[in-house]
Amino acid sequence: MLQITCPCCGPRDEPEFRWGGEVPLVRPGPPEQVSDEAWAEYLFTRDNPKGFVRERWLHALGCRQWFVVVRSTVTHEIRATTRLTDTLPEALT
Amino acid sequence: MKGNEWRLANGGRIDRTRPLAFEFDGERYWGFAGDTLASALLANGVRIVGRSFKLHRPRGLVGAWCEEPNGIVQLGDGARTTPNLKATQVELRDGLSARSVNCWPNARSDAFAPLQLLGRLMPAGFYYKTFMWPSWHMFEPAIRRAAGLGTAPREPDPDRYEERHEQCDVLVVGGGPAGLAAALAATRAGARVILADDRPALGGALQETKRIDGAAALAWTAAVERELRTAPNARVLTRTTAFGCYDHNLIALSEKLSEPESAGLRERLWHVRAAEVVVAAGAIERPIVFADNDLPGIMLASAAMTYAAQYAVRPGRRAVIVTSGDSAYEAASTLQTAGVEIAAIVDTRAEPGEAASLARSAGIRVMAGYYPVRAHGGRAVKAIEIGQIGAAAGRINEGSARRLECDLLCVSGGWTPSVHLFSQAKGQLRYDPERAALLPGPGPKSFHCAGAAAGNLALHHCLTDGFAAGREAAKAAQATRDAGRSPTTDVELAATTAFWASPQSSHRKAWVDFQNDVTRGDLELAVRENLRSVEHVKRYTTTGMAVDQGKTSNMNALAILAELTGTSIPQVGNTTFRPPYDPVTLGSLAGRHVGAFYHPLRRTPLDRWHAAHGAVLEDFGGWLRPAWYAGERRHRDDCIRAEKRATRTAVSLFDGSPLGKIEVRGPDAAVFLNRMYYNGMKTLAVGRGRYGLMLNEHGIIIDDGVCLRLAEDHFLVSTTSGGAGRIFAGFEEWLQCEWPDLTVLVTNVTSAWGNIAVAGPRARELLERLETDIDLEPDAFPHLSIRCGRLEGVPVRIARVGFTGELSFEINIPAGYTTALWERLLAKGADLGVLPIGIEALQELRTEKGYLHVGTDTDGRSIPADVGMGALLAKKSDDFVGRRSLERSDAKRPDRLQFVGLEAQDPGTVLPVGAHVIADATTRNASQGYVTSSCMSEALGRSVALGLVQAGQARTGEAVHVYSSGRTFPARIVSPRWYDPEGHRLNA
Repeated sequence: MLQITCPCCGPRDEPEFRWGGEVPLVRPGPPEQVSDEAWAEYLFTRDNPKGFVRERWLHALGCRQWFVVVRSTVTHEIRATTRLTDTLPEALT
Repeated sequence: MKGNEWRLANGGRIDRTRPLAFEFDGERYWGFAGDTLASALLANGVRIVGRSFKLHRPRGLVGAWCEEPNGIVQLGDGARTTPNLKATQVELRDGLSARSVNCWPNARSDAFAPLQLLGRLMPAGFYYKTFMWPSWHMFEPAIRRAAGLGTAPREPDPDRYEERHEQCDVLVVGGGPAGLAAALAATRAGARVILADDRPALGGALQETKRIDGAAALAWTAAVERELRTAPNARVLTRTTAFGCYDHNLIALSEKLSEPESAGLRERLWHVRAAEVVVAAGAIERPIVFADNDLPGIMLASAAMTYAAQYAVRPGRRAVIVTSGDSAYEAASTLQTAGVEIAAIVDTRAEPGEAASLARSAGIRVMAGYYPVRAHGGRAVKAIEIGQIGAAAGRINEGSARRLECDLLCVSGGWTPSVHLFSQAKGQLRYDPERAALLPGPGPKSFHCAGAAAGNLALHHCLTDGFAAGREAAKAAQATRDAGRSPTTDVELAATTAFWASPQSSHRKAWVDFQNDVTRGDLELAVRENLRSVEHVKRYTTTGMAVDQGKTSNMNALAILAELTGTSIPQVGNTTFRPPYDPVTLGSLAGRHVGAFYHPLRRTPLDRWHAAHGAVLEDFGGWLRPAWYAGERRHRDDCIRAEKRATRTAVSLFDGSPLGKIEVRGPDAAVFLNRMYYNGMKTLAVGRGRYGLMLNEHGIIIDDGVCLRLAEDHFLVSTTSGGAGRIFAGFEEWLQCEWPDLTVLVTNVTSAWGNIAVAGPRARELLERLETDIDLEPDAFPHLSIRCGRLEGVPVRIARVGFTGELSFEINIPAGYTTALWERLLAKGADLGVLPIGIEALQELRTEKGYLHVGTDTDGRSIPADVGMGALLAKKSDDFVGRRSLERSDAKRPDRLQFVGLEAQDPGTVLPVGAHVIADATTRNASQGYVTSSCMSEALGRSVALGLVQAGQARTGEAVHVYSSGRTFPARIVSPRWYDPEGHRLNA
């Protein structure tokens, strides 16, 4: 069970949160200009790196805010958490 | 009192003023408070405590705590029976009843005992190789009965379990000398400390004879405990096993509560988030592998010492001690003090050093350079044959063989540090050949191993090591007050060497793992069959599995494997340490999440009314809702028919409170909803509603409902009852993550409002009997519109929407008024024939109307075109969630499953839900779809059904077959709109 520091509420246990996948995830559009390949890429393809990854998490049983977590997929080490609107320092991304 | 012939006259940490009666395998015995079941059995001379797993060999106690492989017992009867406990860990209590497992009728005379004669025929993998034809599963039940452990209770557990979440700066695991010193240092430094120990009392393996800081060791322990228990920043947990380490230093502790104080609470599961962890879990002594080393009376030297010193039990009359290190010399002297004759100490070291000299000067015979060849005896050990290690491999020196008579054989093949938690925390282990042990290597910075767990066996090392670790841990957690100096004691001898197995033992009878009946021969077989990975060998031979998890066998198995494969222990590696360190009850893990708390159901504001009026309540999407109203013991189908008839011919009330209600407000509300719905919502007029589908980005229908516009910037979104939470969360996610530029506020008001659907041709008539300022006339209040006003003086929102196909008003009313309004409607409409209806009637009514139910009449592939709404796509120019996916070739495939009606040729046949639509009744080999909803329609005088059928919409009128469970029904594809296809009743 991870311990995640919500930028609004502070450190809380994982069951309070919901994982939302890698970010940034750019939604292509407008639809008539998006190729099948680009749309499939958006729907299905993720980097899934071995190492640090930026993801969005929701503090579902707290402030209900989505925010960004920089997490290692190897060790689960969490290097930083920030609000969606904040920009992460280069070193952390 | 009779019994307790093996009890010493004095000493021990037992309370001789409190004798306790107990039962084992049907015989009555007694012991004292402070005994374990194991020590009490030994005190009563019970030598055989169990039968081995596979061969049913008689087995005695080997250990004195969690390492015990043989003394596996089942406690109690009925719902509270507990299987597979180690007798060494069961605290004795009055009236305790235990029996040995895996034997019948008891351990002493076991009917399965002849199996041991077949031992040669039953090596590792024997079952799977032999019982192959026709199927392993045919033999499995009988084999499981003959080999195995205890039995689980059949009734639900009557006891309570709870869980607690806690944080601390320093968690100290282990309450022996190292753990006590660590907890002391960390507490004095000002850290928030939790000290957890799995035994009933602190002190670990400390012996009474030791002196710490000038005091007797146990007095020192008591003083430390007092200091910790009175410190505001420390918590001491006894009977508490730290059994697992999880992500981000979450340590799970299982606390057993002692009987009288716990008031029905049996165990407590602690989730401790510890900034720093001190692992001072001690070490476990190893047996030595030689022929017949499993005879009752052969036990670990440390265990024999514990029985004598702590429980005042003489474990034998005449003992031989076989050791590869110094620690067993202390056992010898303790046993000698307890009146056990020490026949000899057999030391595998040629030069045993100072420990041997001290023993010799105390008059004990030490045979250096000897090792055990085989044990003699039948139901108990009678003698040990020893020999001098010879020049030729696998041979003893000629003429060196000796036979030493004994009824107690204490073995000590070295110590295995309990590094489980450290290893679970991804700490690496390194093999130290000098100490013949896997020791903690590089690992997480927040883990500090100390004392015997770090390979430091001597007491003086444990104290300084533990104190330093506690201080370090506290410092890392920013607690830096002066902790003073470490406790001190005399320097102790604790040298050891590696001695794993006697080379020329009869391999079929030299046991490596007692609990699983694994011999050296089994390991040899595994290697011969080319299983080389230690993980494979473990699974093939089962060494290291079951209740004790190989606490006494794993290291010996690794060493033998290294020898057999011609490699070294580091090359062999070790099997992964996984939680739990010691078995944890399922009750403890489940905690309060059982019964009604397992999946708590939501209840509507009318819940109590329903229950009091014969409603049959069932779980519908997490809500406890009326399936139907039973009334005066009428048959289910009669009730549902009456409810349907009331709706079609008069008026009915339906509790729609769980219906999702999401308010969407703000200047961009219309733009936002237009993106969330497949249907256009921008053009919706104020006061009107529109049915809409919601899709995910894959274009799949995830929910439907009516979107109502209360004001230019204010919408009320209805979702399905099960969908409210999900859709609300989805709205938030899109707004926060994708469109933060939109000014929209969404609020889930589902539980704030009760919802009563008044439906039927006389619905308006009923509502008009109530006091309201809302004009209910059809022209003023048409279908698909919403009005806000008052009803009987209460503010309400009434929408002309419904799921029955009749004239229908859904009244949204503040939740607290729901029951009052419900009762008023029933009273005012009594002469109209008003009836409350449940889900079952509603589902049949909507089926005959042809209204689809998302998730029932759609599946995880359905898109709007599949349910007859494809034409709307061309009319909407704006983007919306899922739009691009509707342009994929797959979305335009001609053979997609589409929503249709299915008309059975025989109007009296209700087509089974799930039945497949097939084109050819004889081959039946290709499904073209299936029935999704089906019922008898009294209103239409025939059965009706809905389904998903390949290219169904273009096949209207086509004859098909519907197949289910061997039966085929002729049918026809029709429009799903069975009832009132023109909607006259709806718009009335």
